[in-house]
Amino acid sequence: MADYASTVDLAHAEELEQEMVTNRVFGFWIYLMSDLCLFSAIFGTFVVLSHNYAGGPTGKQLFHLPYVLVETLLLLCSSATCGLAMVAMRNEKKNLVMLGLAVTFLLGLGFISMEIHEFSRMVLAGDGPGRSGFLSAFFTLVGTHGAHVSFGLLWMAVTIVQVGLKGLSAPVQSRLMRLSMFWHFLDIVWIGVFTTVYLRGVL
Amino acid sequence: MNQSLIERVGAGKASLRSYATGFILAIILTGVSFAAVMSGAMSRSVTLFVIFAAAALQSLVHIHYFLHLDMSSESRWNVLALVFTVLVMAIFIGGSVWIMYHLHQRLM
Repeated sequence: MADYASTVDLAHAEELEQEMVTNRVFGFWIYLMSDLCLFSAIFGTFVVLSHNYAGGPTGKQLFHLPYVLVETLLLLCSSATCGLAMVAMRNEKKNLVMLGLAVTFLLGLGFISMEIHEFSRMVLAGDGPGRSGFLSAFFTLVGTHGAHVSFGLLWMAVTIVQVGLKGLSAPVQSRLMRLSMFWHFLDIVWIGVFTTVYLRGVL
Repeated sequence: MNQSLIERVGAGKASLRSYATGFILAIILTGVSFAAVMSGAMSRSVTLFVIFAAAALQSLVHIHYFLHLDMSSESRWNVLALVFTVLVMAIFIGGSVWIMYHLHQRLM
């Protein structure tokens, strides 16, 4: 009888834990959707201002597509390795999770370094955000995405340490799921950025 | 957390196969976009159509193969939230462009 009762309790506790993880994933998804609203406002602003050059340089003069293609591939590969880390998590392979996240981190770092290099080159050439409406909107949009990626990298570094110290416990797995959602989300926003800003700008 | 728990909250759909499929499709679509612009083979309006169609398709690929959203009961509310957000995006971006374009026309 006592055994039966504790089995029921255990099943109940597991069900509650499941519901908690599902709710947290949903809550985080709502945050991502509100972030998407923020991005769409910035995208809207960029599209409206995208031809206000004020005598300054145009997208065609500023952007170098092979450079942007490398950035895009870095971010896309990091999205894939982040997925591989999730597969490793599912198979309870702690070291593979850490390796996958470390590779994701390095690819993300490569992306953000290239972006910072591009920004500094433009600002040093006098084409900073103050040059024209087009460049203000450009730095706001691409910079906001870059800031998200930077915070994602910080989060990822903390998570790698956490996986190392605590192993793949239930809370750590739940956090890993949300981190991967965030990272995939940023890659989707980047699709919008390279299409709207760079490809359309050069065209 | 045991296997069944991960299965039920969606990460269980994370399989090597789904990530590999998504990655290959994403690479192809990115390639199509960059090739369309860098080759300059098509007219401006056709190229614009191609790159935005490829971007929309690639977003769907990422949502399906990387974020594993589908109409199953666990992720139905997530899909609903996404559909609502897409509506908000259409109003923000489409509305801004529409209003500013007409303003531009009338001030000429």
